[in-house]
Amino acid sequence: MRIVKYILKRLLHSILVLLGLSILVFIIARVVPGDPARMALGPRAPEEVVENFREELHLNDPIYIQYYHWIKGAVRGDFGYSILTKRSVTSDIKDFFPATLELMLLTGVIMSIFGILLGIASARNANKWPDNVVRVFSYLGVCTPAYVFAILFLLIFGYLLNILPTIGRLSPAIDQPPTVTGLMTIDSLIAGNFRAFGDALKHLIMPSFALALGPMAQEARITRSSMADNLQRDFIALERTQAIPERTIMSKYLLRISVIPTVSVLGLDFASQLGWAFLVELIFNWPGLSRYGIQVILNKDLNGIIAVIMVIGVMFLVVNIIVDIIVSLLDPRIRLGAERSA
Amino acid sequence: MKKKLLDIQNLEVGFTVYGGYLRVLNGVYFDMVEGEKVGLVGETGCGKTTTAKSILKILPVPPARTTCGTIFFKGKNILTMSKNEIRNIHSHEISMIFQDLTAALNPVFTIGDQLMTAIKYSNFRYGMSKREVRKKAIQALKEVQLPDAERILENYPVQLSGGMRQRICIAMALATRSTLLVADEPTTSLDVTIQDQVLRLLGALIQEKDTSTILITHSLGLVREWTQRVYVMYAGVMVETANTAELFKNPLHPYTKGLMAAVPKLTGEGIAAGIEGRIPDYLHPPSGCRFNPRCPEAMDICKKEKPPYFDCGDSHKTACFLYRD
Amino acid sequence: MRIATTAAEKPLAPGIRERIRKGWYTFSQNPLSVVGAVIIFLVVFIAFFAPFISPYPEHAGNFVDFDNASQPPGKTHLFGTDVFGRDILTRVFFGFRLSLIMGVVVISLTAPVGVTLGLIAGYKKNTWVETLIMRITDIFVAVPPLILALAVAAILTPNIFNSMMAVSLMWWPWYCRMVYGIASSLKNEFYIQSAEVTGASTLHILFREILPNCYGPVFTKVSLDMGWVILLASALSFVGLGAQPPTPDLGTMVADGGKYMPDQWWIAVFPAIAIMFVVFGFNVMGDGIRDMLEVEKG
Repeated sequence: MRIVKYILKRLLHSILVLLGLSILVFIIARVVPGDPARMALGPRAPEEVVENFREELHLNDPIYIQYYHWIKGAVRGDFGYSILTKRSVTSDIKDFFPATLELMLLTGVIMSIFGILLGIASARNANKWPDNVVRVFSYLGVCTPAYVFAILFLLIFGYLLNILPTIGRLSPAIDQPPTVTGLMTIDSLIAGNFRAFGDALKHLIMPSFALALGPMAQEARITRSSMADNLQRDFIALERTQAIPERTIMSKYLLRISVIPTVSVLGLDFASQLGWAFLVELIFNWPGLSRYGIQVILNKDLNGIIAVIMVIGVMFLVVNIIVDIIVSLLDPRIRLGAERSA
Repeated sequence: MKKKLLDIQNLEVGFTVYGGYLRVLNGVYFDMVEGEKVGLVGETGCGKTTTAKSILKILPVPPARTTCGTIFFKGKNILTMSKNEIRNIHSHEISMIFQDLTAALNPVFTIGDQLMTAIKYSNFRYGMSKREVRKKAIQALKEVQLPDAERILENYPVQLSGGMRQRICIAMALATRSTLLVADEPTTSLDVTIQDQVLRLLGALIQEKDTSTILITHSLGLVREWTQRVYVMYAGVMVETANTAELFKNPLHPYTKGLMAAVPKLTGEGIAAGIEGRIPDYLHPPSGCRFNPRCPEAMDICKKEKPPYFDCGDSHKTACFLYRD
Repeated sequence: MRIATTAAEKPLAPGIRERIRKGWYTFSQNPLSVVGAVIIFLVVFIAFFAPFISPYPEHAGNFVDFDNASQPPGKTHLFGTDVFGRDILTRVFFGFRLSLIMGVVVISLTAPVGVTLGLIAGYKKNTWVETLIMRITDIFVAVPPLILALAVAAILTPNIFNSMMAVSLMWWPWYCRMVYGIASSLKNEFYIQSAEVTGASTLHILFREILPNCYGPVFTKVSLDMGWVILLASALSFVGLGAQPPTPDLGTMVADGGKYMPDQWWIAVFPAIAIMFVVFGFNVMGDGIRDMLEVEKG
């Protein structure tokens, strides 16, 4: 029951925040000099057509009216018309979102699981060579932007070694499986098409690792220091005096409390990767929401920009709520409120 | 003649840290027989906890190093025991109560989980069923006078007060029916009003189960009330040991004398005196007797040689050249 | 009963010099932090004296020399030349200059604003002021910083100044939140309440009582942030929204060089390594500063 109340509270808060965000972006977007209608129709279009179009887009109305129209549409799922793709933004989003979702899902899985595993390996071999390797990696990983990793991967695996494909989600030679979820990998599995599955996976590896390496390094570092800290604590010593097998102490008692700080950071890290995805999708020509986002940004397609930001905001929100729930499940101190004084 | 339970000889333990090597324990001697309640007194930082952890072999071994000495428990040297033998010791023979309450219990697991796990592994040779373990857990909680034991099993440490948490730690330590209990400052982090309660409880339980106990504390008052024999520790060495009554009547070592004098007397004779100086830097400890920089009666030989124990009467020994008779 | 054993102790009143010495000792304990400090010192030095120590200072501007274009790294050009014949080493040096300037500008703008707002919001807890400020920060942090920065930068004309503005707009909420956390937890401390009771003005309380407690975390954040801001700015210029050609900007150089991979790899790789270098330095030095401040506290 408590959890449901918590989720509802968060949702309400988030909706308000998203609303505020939309207003903010809307205001910023309308500040742009330039004429979206003219830009959409091109320099050769006759003035009356452009003027008509301007009326259609409500560009001559005061800004709050424009916002009103936008909200009316947005609530129905209609985000307006994209001057870039010349069709409704909603269908653009429907087309491109699954690709980004697939990419971010894999990225999230890699960065959390590998990050924690690396951190554990590092802590268990403290000050020996695996630990030092992981520590060097974590320092470098954190300060390297994802796009640098992307370019490096492209160079090494794509061109030099030529073992991984460099563009898109599926090789041209392979038939695309029928769209069920929009996630190429899942759809291939559903269709039983293992060739497509393997191919889709090969396409996914480079971009997701490029995005995942940075946070993975961060998670490893946090996990390691958290484990090292907790190993010193009295409760671990106590558990040893109680003859609990070392394996149980490590895998149960130490692990759960040590991953809490890591999981808390996961949400933020995931969010920042959503940002870097914009560049990585561009580099790999990944037909996702982020690449679309970059394109609408560079082309000042206002409807597109606002819609993309909203969608990303929602993604971020959902991830945060999930992460918060997991953390409060793991850590009773948070669940049960403030500590009573000793 | 009761059997010797624990016999520590010339224990030297150090820690490798960033700046060098901390030579903490510099030849510790300690012994006790079954059924005894022995106090270990000293100021913070003198090595009491390190000694305790050495006995239980839970020192973090990479930074910590035992360079010399033996710890005989029931005739076998703990320091050379195999892992299995140590496990045996832990589950049946020795248990420990820790000082820092907020850290002694794992915050993300229920009391029940931790208590029942402790009980389960204390009797791992006999393999109890889950129901039996739970029954024992509830019984243990009742022994420490915790009400509503069933509910407490489901609680997390954060939901309980300090006094309750300490009782649970006591319950965990005593539920295993160990031969020896090492209590490291069991009431230091509690409110004064609770301290007495918990101590009485602990005292009663030890009495009832006839558990040999090492009571580690910096409080002379506790020692006077609860122990039969006392070791006074300073900077990694035992400077004096005697039966409790004898120690208070006739302290010999200058440090012990200083400690006694530092306690404010109820008769209100002026302000309690302190001892000049601070505990030594373990990176560069003073040569000879480690107390010599602060000792009001230091002699030349004190700076050069480490004083051995000198017998001064019935079980009364002190490591001070003043008593070189 | 406690034993008073150290009654006659020296009174503790560490002077500034002592604190600096102690601080440096802690800082230098971790060799990595020292490496970071050295790196940053190097970068600052290079940035400062770029025109004087670069081998070909003219190459930082509008310069073409197609005879020497796309030379691999060699004796005359340590990092090689780009497609316009410009020496990459020189441009990296000037690139450092730009990055540092951007970092300093952005942080000088965002830190004071963010910190002040955080102080106010934390102190005036449970009033409309707090709600307003924190809701606004919530809006800004609901989206990954890069995205909003991209959007803002795209809407304005692409140049260095505007990209700095875009990043600044995204950055201040993080300072605000951090200081808000500290201020609201301190609000109920006794010395704050006693200051209130004796009639201290709000301004005094905010800046003379609460603010000193924030110096440590803020300073640590500033040193770590320099790295992040440089990273963000490089991302903006990577997509063309930052410095415009021919200004040498590390991000732009990576983007431009990306086109010529893998054959003329040096055009992109060296600027990329330069970015990593400077960010690494700030990260590691920031960690050291954090450790140093923690030891001082404890």
